[in-house]
Amino acid sequence: MTTTTPTPTSQAGKQLTGIGVGRGSAVGKVVKLAPPVRPPAHEAAAANAEQAQALVKSSFDFVATNLRTRAAQAESTVAAVLEATSLMAQDPGLLADVIRRMSTGVGPATAVDQAVEGFCSILEMSGGYMAERVTDLRDVRDRIVAQVLGQQPPGLPPMTEPSVVVAADLAPADTATLDLDHVVAIVTELGGPTSHTAIIAAQLDLPCIVRVAGALELADGDEVAVDAAHGTVALDPDDAQRETIIGRAKARAALKESGGGPGKTKDGKGIQLLANVGKVEDAVKAAKEDVEGVGLFRTEVLFLERKTAPTVEEQTKSYTEVLKAFGDRKVVVRTLDAGADKPLAFAPSEEEENPALGVRGLRMDKRFPQLLDDQLTAIAAAVKATGAKAWVMAPMVSTVHEAAAFEQRVKAHGLPVGGIMIEVPAAALRAPHLIEKVDFFSIGTNDLTQYAMATDRMAGELAELLDPWQPAVLDLIALAGAAGQAADKPVGVCGEAARDPLLALVLVGLGISSLSMAPNGVPAVRYALARTTTAQCEEMAAAARGAIDAAAARAAVEALVDPEVLLAL
Amino acid sequence: MPTRKVKVASRVGLHARPASLFVQAVTATGLPVTIAKGDGDPVDARSILMVMGLAVGNNDEVTLAAEGDGADAALDQLVELLEVDHDAP
Repeated sequence: MTTTTPTPTSQAGKQLTGIGVGRGSAVGKVVKLAPPVRPPAHEAAAANAEQAQALVKSSFDFVATNLRTRAAQAESTVAAVLEATSLMAQDPGLLADVIRRMSTGVGPATAVDQAVEGFCSILEMSGGYMAERVTDLRDVRDRIVAQVLGQQPPGLPPMTEPSVVVAADLAPADTATLDLDHVVAIVTELGGPTSHTAIIAAQLDLPCIVRVAGALELADGDEVAVDAAHGTVALDPDDAQRETIIGRAKARAALKESGGGPGKTKDGKGIQLLANVGKVEDAVKAAKEDVEGVGLFRTEVLFLERKTAPTVEEQTKSYTEVLKAFGDRKVVVRTLDAGADKPLAFAPSEEEENPALGVRGLRMDKRFPQLLDDQLTAIAAAVKATGAKAWVMAPMVSTVHEAAAFEQRVKAHGLPVGGIMIEVPAAALRAPHLIEKVDFFSIGTNDLTQYAMATDRMAGELAELLDPWQPAVLDLIALAGAAGQAADKPVGVCGEAARDPLLALVLVGLGISSLSMAPNGVPAVRYALARTTTAQCEEMAAAARGAIDAAAARAAVEALVDPEVLLAL
Repeated sequence: MPTRKVKVASRVGLHARPASLFVQAVTATGLPVTIAKGDGDPVDARSILMVMGLAVGNNDEVTLAAEGDGADAALDQLVELLEVDHDAP
């Protein structure tokens, strides 16, 4: 590895842009990933073919073992990626191709290089996720080539001060060994919002910007201000820039340090902050977080990998574990939300043109009534065993009759609190009639948005329409919220919208009394609520509904919110 | 030679974790298992790169083939693996 003397370039004011991951910001010195060892130009064929083959084989094994060792030391997400990468390094197809190339007179390191490039172009042709694995594969190549040539593998130099890692892209093996005491941000020239680097950065809560054109022209030792919220990398930031960036980082840190406890507005109105959970182990983990309970327990997660319906006893066991973990905190259990888009082996659905509009959620009950009865029996047994506060709700309810029939089943099983999800616009429009039949509503903003805007949740190019800030969606939420307030029954939100702190304020202004989200979203929402009064929330809700589109709605709320909240976002 | 046809249940198809799990399971059988997508040419199912290179999507049909002792049982076990959605949220 060669170390260049830092020679900060005098290019103050220069700014690079890319795609920001997360909303963090930081100032630090550039540390570039050491360039990989390349095969020598015109590498000669090996003098002893047998020895060379053995060397290549042992290099593959060495790298595979090394990656597996790192996988064993890494935490689960990184471990899974490293495990997959280690499989590439023991790929019999790749090794066979290298040996075939060597037998035609190509030098060993060059043969590795060419064979990998062959597979890279196949993966690149497949596009999307596969194309992003090319980085992982090239990292395997660089390690094998270095090993074949007897040189140091590529990597990051040791760090002594706040550092911004700059690279073409980071391989899983690089991210697994990041020096978290010194790395304050990551900037890559390649990659994408779903690339490995982006995923890991989000998990480590490191500001990260991918696809930054010209990033590799930055020199070791350059000072840069990285702002993920805006996707910018400013070279040699001036005092004002530095203050803004550091101010934002401080506000975010303050948020992290800010007190926990139940959610409430500045004027003291309680807004329950709850967790969305699926698997039993997620629930046990979430129970250790500072949340007031579970607003959405997705029971279908227990069923999806099953070939046969789980027995009442099996279900009782799972539900009991979840309820027990939360003690006397409330747990809202959602009955099976499966159907054509999340098919179950034991409750097959027919081929549907529009699965999202087909037989899913509560609609499955007509075909498989036993499923719901078994589930309610198991939940009731778990409640009896734990004495927990379990509420039960059904997904995909559209009519008063469906709501009433479900409520009857819940009560017939001796469960005290039954409610429904509001995901279908029809249900929101008829909220005053539906609320009469049930004890509570929980709004699923993802599906409500998909149905209100007639936009498939998977349709990436229609992302603008799928925005829960769409005033039409807010209008529907307002109907449900008002119906709940008039009937004095709780209305919660358990979709993605709940974890956007600004949108959470709007939701409270629309009459929502609980917000359920991935637990890591709770602190930011709690912080925003504590700095905003109910009256301000109502003012923001009115402003958002008065806007002409999603962007204008958000802008209107940004103009009204406490600047400290905005700074900490 | 024993063969099996199966539709891949994983919603992302045979990428990422499902592909790793599959290749590891194939390797564990100790048999030279091949996999083909639709009417395409079979490739070595022990090779993660070749398996990923097939770009098998959700619900695509693949054909598994293997020869040797216990080939039938091994294929049944692999079919079962592919019939599970490993990316369920």
